[in-house]
Amino acid sequence: MSEVIVITSGKGGVGKTTSTANIGTGLALMGKKVVLVDTDIGLRNLDVVLGLENRIVYDLVDVVEGFCRVKQALIKDKRYDGLYLLPAAQTREKTAVNPKQMIKLCDELREEFDYIIIDCPAGIEQGFKNAIAGADKAIVITTPEVSAVRDADRIIGLLESNELSNPKLIINRVRMDMVKRGDMMSIDDIIDILAIDLIGVVPDDEKIVVSTNRGEPAVTDNKSLAGQAYRNITRRILGEQVPIMDLQSEEGFVFKLKKLFGLKSS
Amino acid sequence: MLDIFKFFNKPKNSKDVAKERLKLVLIHDRANVSPQFLEMVKSEIIKVINNYMDIDESELDIQLTRTKSEDGERIVPALVANIPIKSVKNSGK
Ligand SMILES: Nc1ncnc2c1ncn2[C@@H]1O[C@H](COP(=O)(O)OP(=O)(O)OP(=O)(O)O)[C@@H](O)[C@H]1O
Ligand SMILES: [Mg+2]
Repeated sequence: MSEVIVITSGKGGVGKTTSTANIGTGLALMGKKVVLVDTDIGLRNLDVVLGLENRIVYDLVDVVEGFCRVKQALIKDKRYDGLYLLPAAQTREKTAVNPKQMIKLCDELREEFDYIIIDCPAGIEQGFKNAIAGADKAIVITTPEVSAVRDADRIIGLLESNELSNPKLIINRVRMDMVKRGDMMSIDDIIDILAIDLIGVVPDDEKIVVSTNRGEPAVTDNKSLAGQAYRNITRRILGEQVPIMDLQSEEGFVFKLKKLFGLKSS
Repeated sequence: MLDIFKFFNKPKNSKDVAKERLKLVLIHDRANVSPQFLEMVKSEIIKVINNYMDIDESELDIQLTRTKSEDGERIVPALVANIPIKSVKNSGK
């Protein structure tokens, strides 16, 4: 049984592409056959985050226009078995594709893949409509900021009116130090407001920047906290019960060590 | 008086301010997501008021908006209705 999951947010720049790359790679590492579809036509990014930018021949628009077969456009990631990318077109517009074509494409991909993960563009226009058209499930990304949570709320409403009920939430770029001093909304605050199920919390982590520089998703880095968060999300998608990572105690580790050695923490 | 009051009132965390603002803005946003919502409120209001007075239904205007609270300290959501009355019915007396 294959599953089509759209990763969406409303607000731009909150981590959709980063999450798509990490969740997709995470699922592939767990032995699943996965294709990542970049629907951000005109602003493609998923290829560079994955480090596959030099291997693009055909793209999503070529496929829906019948210019090539799906198989010809798929890029196989040689590092991770079972991971494929269907890149967006860079020199076209969102209107080059319509929702009907996306449904057809998703159904075709279902025959080959366990998971089809769709990276949605920012906004609520045509690109969003295309991205959600063929999806069975949705994951909404937000950061702990007023504007991002507000846009997430709007997206949740739109998903529900498009029969994508019960979307799951990822809270990205959480900074425990700021939450602790009352300068960032906590996970509970955000869940309280959005009232949807949480599927993961990702800390703000400079390893994300480093891994994006290299084109190697953080999920493959055992030392990255964000990588651990994405590994947990991957396992939850596979149906495992994994407790939400306690960022507080990760932060508190150094503090505890200091106490152990009788040092006063300043 | 006011200063003493403020002195004892600890300044709010910025996250509490964020949460409060979000809750208010979402009341408005959510009502706008379903255009049926205000239509439902509107028709119910017309039904009730019609028992007591004749109103100009075509000119009836109802909006969800925000306004300053009584103490002027906060912004609160408000349902504002402008209902032109044609005549008051006598039966109410
Ligand atoms: N957990 C994190 N820690 C640190 N940096 C992050 C984290 N998540 C995302 N970023 C950074 O934030 C930026 C935006 O991320 P990304 O491109 O994934 O967002 P997006 O939602 O896909 O944006 P767009 O709406 O433009 O498509 C990137 O520079 C990325 O490296
Ligand atoms: Mg993106």
